[in-house]
Amino acid sequence: MRLSKVNEGEVMIMKEFQYTIKDPNGLHARPAGLLVKEAQKYQSSVKITKGEKSADLKRLFAVMGLNVKCGDTVTITADGPDEDQAMNTLKEFFMSNF
Amino acid sequence: MIILHGEGVSRGLAFGRLRFLKRDDRPFPKLEISDPEAEILRFEKSRNEAIEQLEQLYNETKNILGEDQAFLFKTHQMMLEDQDFCESVNAIIRSEKANAEYAVDRTALQFSEMFAQMDDEYLKERASDVMDVSRRVIRILTGKAGEDFAWTEPVIIAADDLAPSETARLDTSRVLAFITSRGSSNSHTAIFARTLEIPAVVGLGECLLEEYEGKEVFVDGEAGEVYLEADQDTFAELQRRMTAEHDRKKYLEQFRGRKVYSPDGRRVLLCANIGSPKDLTAVQANDADGIGLFRSEFLYLGRSSYPTEQEQYEAYRKVAEAMGDRMVVIRTLDIGADKQVDYFQLPKDENPAMGMRGIRICLTQPDIFKTQLRALYRAAAHGNIAIMFPMITSVNEVRKIKEICAQVRSELKAEGEPFCEKTQLGIMIETPAAAVISDQLATEVDFFSIGTNDLTQYTLAVDRQNAAVKPFLEPHHEAVLRLIRMTVENARKAGIWVGICGELAADISLAKSFIDMGVDELSMAPGSILEVKARILDGSDF
Repeated sequence: MRLSKVNEGEVMIMKEFQYTIKDPNGLHARPAGLLVKEAQKYQSSVKITKGEKSADLKRLFAVMGLNVKCGDTVTITADGPDEDQAMNTLKEFFMSNF
Repeated sequence: MIILHGEGVSRGLAFGRLRFLKRDDRPFPKLEISDPEAEILRFEKSRNEAIEQLEQLYNETKNILGEDQAFLFKTHQMMLEDQDFCESVNAIIRSEKANAEYAVDRTALQFSEMFAQMDDEYLKERASDVMDVSRRVIRILTGKAGEDFAWTEPVIIAADDLAPSETARLDTSRVLAFITSRGSSNSHTAIFARTLEIPAVVGLGECLLEEYEGKEVFVDGEAGEVYLEADQDTFAELQRRMTAEHDRKKYLEQFRGRKVYSPDGRRVLLCANIGSPKDLTAVQANDADGIGLFRSEFLYLGRSSYPTEQEQYEAYRKVAEAMGDRMVVIRTLDIGADKQVDYFQLPKDENPAMGMRGIRICLTQPDIFKTQLRALYRAAAHGNIAIMFPMITSVNEVRKIKEICAQVRSELKAEGEPFCEKTQLGIMIETPAAAVISDQLATEVDFFSIGTNDLTQYTLAVDRQNAAVKPFLEPHHEAVLRLIRMTVENARKAGIWVGICGELAADISLAKSFIDMGVDELSMAPGSILEVKARILDGSDF
């Protein structure tokens, strides 16, 4: 019992936020490229999830391969030493670019 | 004579010899290598060199075409820096003991197929970017220049389609026109051609045969036609048109920078109608005195939810800043009638031109309206913005609008948000009702802009969308001209300025009489400005 709770707790340490894309062009190459560059600045592993598919936010082809469109809701997760900082900057990046 | 039909995407006529852009795109044969690690190093070296080349291309393109076009090369760089791409190349070299050329080629095919299968038109086009950037690496690996880009005489370039890195390597002073078998008005070739004002026809399909290499052809970038072996009469006619076009351009150029005044010494502005910030290039290129009609619908169309205040603010601000001191009249949302948007969930109108549209939507759903007004007032702090309301029919509507504007201003003030308190508020005169009571309306607003397209359709009861009744649409109908005159006179009496937007503003046979009547501003498609200006200043027909 105790042990499983600890495990659950561990999973929850990872930071995440959800965002619904408002840009009519979705996650197009230009902003997607800038997004990937932004994600690469952090040590933490950063992931983007759309529906059942997820991709490493540091890899351009993988991110573009998700085919994220206007109206889609994506979840961004960060796990690692600078996860808080990564979350804050990425959240801001999404709000001002997508 | 052979005539090829395609889509004209950049206007103008050209005559010259056809040259096919040759590129080596055969698949690269697999060769067995003995030292995979050395081969990976070879790939790494070429990859880095390609990234350097792209940096240089980015800088050069930025200087000529601006950041928007240049960014494609940044995207190409990122593709070469992508871990998945590099890992795939390395894995093929290691596991198959294959040469780097083959590994890059196969990786490129794999990734470009991923894009080609997507249901998004934009992402589909990225397939050609992957191939393009990979070809660059392969060219460096093989040490071959690959394509032949050297011509001694100006030529018409033919290709299946042109990639950004290809157009960037062209000496555009030697390009008379582009013709391609694939592509659309949004493809790179089309945008590139329009920016540089080089005639272009795309989407010619399989009619564009390699055997035409070296033949002399005419390209009509407006009609979307290419003429081969033109017969004597056609040849003479096309030559005549080319000379006429050249002379006309030269003639119109003399009027660039000149100002227009009425006989009684008033300054008359010749402004541009635009539909998105993308049209700014055309506004600058055609010497507009300002923007007389900026349709804000582009922010609402082609999406599934309402644009946010911030998004709108940024779009308006961009245009206002680009125009500096010059006036930018932004028309609030004019959805309905011929422009429908699903997320507004408007009921289907039996007669949409007379249904829920323009200001009627805004007054029914004030929240949407207020979001737009907040964005406009905030953006007005960064330039010379005026706000214009469409589809007005009564004084009451205008008073309601002004109340909402006052609310927005006091809210912004309370929040401490920077905005321009004195932003001019004006209305479109596009219904006969508004024209008839223009004396009353003139005391309520800062300016009028007469929308002649709708004013004509409503006055004559002739549907603009119905081709069958087109013969009954008399553009110079006396009833319409009288309503215009009445509106202008009432504006002058009240001391407010009055403009005309809509097709009649660019009607060179009326321009002078509008100015004599007392019109202060004519707003039209950017491409018509110099022509109308020439007619007013010169008076002669051309």
